[in-house]
Amino acid sequence: MTRFRARVSADGDSACWRTLARRALRAGIAPERLDWIEDGKDDDLFPVDAPWPEEDPARAPVLSRAALTLIETALCHSDPVRHDLAYRLVWRLQDEAGLLAVSTDADVARLRRMAQAVRRDSHKMTAFVRFREQPGCNGRRRFCAWFEPDHHILRRVAPFFANRFTDMDWLIATPRGSIAWDGETLDVRSGAFTRPELADDLDQLWRTYYGATFNPARVKIQAMKSEMPRKYWRNLPETNDIPALLAGADARVRRMAAQQAAPAPAFHHSLRKRLPRVPEDRD
Amino acid sequence: MKRSMSDRLSILADAAKYDASCASSGTDKRNARKAGGLGSAGGGGICHAYAPDGRCISLLKILLTNFCVYDCAYCINRSSSNVERARFSVEDVVWLTLEFYRRNYIEGLFLSSGIIRSSDYTMEQLVRVARELRLTHRFGGYIHLKTIPDASPGLIEEAGLYADRLSINVEMPTEQGLAQYAPQKEAAGIRQAMGDVRGLIDAGRDRSHGGRRPPRFAPGGQSTQMIVGADAASDRDVLTSATRLYNGYRLRRVYYSAFSPIPDASALLPVRPPPLVREHRLYQADWMVRFYGFAADEITAAIPDGMLSLDLDPKLAWALANRALFPLDLNTASREMLLRVPGLGPKAVQALLAARQHRTIRVEDLTRLNVSVRKVRPFVSARGWSPTKLADRHDLGTLFAPKPQQMSLL
Repeated sequence: MTRFRARVSADGDSACWRTLARRALRAGIAPERLDWIEDGKDDDLFPVDAPWPEEDPARAPVLSRAALTLIETALCHSDPVRHDLAYRLVWRLQDEAGLLAVSTDADVARLRRMAQAVRRDSHKMTAFVRFREQPGCNGRRRFCAWFEPDHHILRRVAPFFANRFTDMDWLIATPRGSIAWDGETLDVRSGAFTRPELADDLDQLWRTYYGATFNPARVKIQAMKSEMPRKYWRNLPETNDIPALLAGADARVRRMAAQQAAPAPAFHHSLRKRLPRVPEDRD
Repeated sequence: MKRSMSDRLSILADAAKYDASCASSGTDKRNARKAGGLGSAGGGGICHAYAPDGRCISLLKILLTNFCVYDCAYCINRSSSNVERARFSVEDVVWLTLEFYRRNYIEGLFLSSGIIRSSDYTMEQLVRVARELRLTHRFGGYIHLKTIPDASPGLIEEAGLYADRLSINVEMPTEQGLAQYAPQKEAAGIRQAMGDVRGLIDAGRDRSHGGRRPPRFAPGGQSTQMIVGADAASDRDVLTSATRLYNGYRLRRVYYSAFSPIPDASALLPVRPPPLVREHRLYQADWMVRFYGFAADEITAAIPDGMLSLDLDPKLAWALANRALFPLDLNTASREMLLRVPGLGPKAVQALLAARQHRTIRVEDLTRLNVSVRKVRPFVSARGWSPTKLADRHDLGTLFAPKPQQMSLL
């Protein structure tokens, strides 16, 4: 049985996959006979791709808007099986229109999980990017950030940053590409950056806040880690203080407990003389 | 000598942290690319960091000042406490908010204050911060303002124009508790203020006869907080009080804050804090009411002393107390009943209802919905699975109770 190949870009762009999937459906190529190959991941076993069968103009592939949205999200996943899985699902959807509702189906469940992972990664990027100020020019302030996403999410999250940080220039560099904004153009590029050393004077004040808002009487390390996994820590300035905060927590609580009720400060007594509603001093 | 910015921040963040609220979701959509300025809001809310206490950090949560004329026993900032005092200027808070926001540390500001001079003076200061941010700096991020009881209506109205959310803490689950610990505060005054805010929020949603919208008022709604474990109120008291608040003032959230030991504690307070798990159980019960269709009195109906079990989550405890209703058939049970199965959440139930229109559900299918089969199995039946009748097992409690642990000596 002849096997066919579809070559797609590796950066989560769904346009190429859509074109090829539509053609493959028209040509009637079953998913088990189609190999999806990412750019740069070629093997040399079959140097020449077999030509695809003629497309049948009578076949009109259909895909609901909801299905397309789900698939486009899942295609941002970094798992190389995503193209194959997405095509198999589209193939099956042609005969089983209600398939997407069957979350207990293995293919549907897997695609949904991939989409979920992409949404989570995108959400974490909006949360954990830290802009560091750089010398500006032309009166506009300029910031740089470094982030390490798990999936191909730059195009998905770029509008969030442009809608929020509109009045400043910024660049977010990642191992998968970059997003830049200059007040007019939102520029998303692929191509790896290396991690730069970034610093900002405000980081120290932020760490002061982080330490002060922590309540040493309720240590819940697991709750913190499940929402802010270790892999993000090295790019978050505040996480440098976590070991010291934890080490000092017990002593702080013991100090609070041992603190005897000292005499109230002077202004407390003068207040009580002024405010008629206050009942007699209880001390 | 004036304290440094870093010292002021440290004191005034420390003083603000006993307020549990950190929500930044559920407000109107805003977007600086359309509106100009800086900032956006209206999405699902973002937690920008987590502290080692497991709490999310979404907003810059600070007090304008921790000087206070009140002397509430549970509060770190009461006038008789010897904590260090500090005060921010309006410009300080505006600067901190904008600079933190630009670096993507925060979603916005949660500003509260000790009461200084008078309620109106204090509220005026809070409103000035919000006005500066919104009008002078065209800040589009999230703003949560605390409303000061007894502040004049004009100030509250202006606060609601700039703030996404307003809140007043009821502090204690019962009026007796409030009278005991905060003799200068009046439950009636707090309720009155919440009622006024509700009226303004409702009015901000109604169109006039001509179809014109009035200016939006606090589109993120209002919330409140009560301290749990400082007084003798039972969980039933807490939940009853919360239900009244949700219904009466249409609150977005009621936060439960396990009374936490504070520096220089008042002699009125209990020596030991309540277990944190009590707070957790209350939130679970709160969820059952808001998302699972339980009535508050159902949850505590089978509990003589009105205290939720610390070992079992309240949904499981309810199911065990009502075991005759189970097992439920996954393929035929109603949505309302499926929501009562321990281990099934609203999303899983929705997915089940959709899937079973096309396929017959087996118990193994639940893993694909990210449901723990082990938890759910005793309570459901499906093709190829029927559990031992729960009512037939007398050792049922032990199946779910956590393994015994060495108790803490203290």
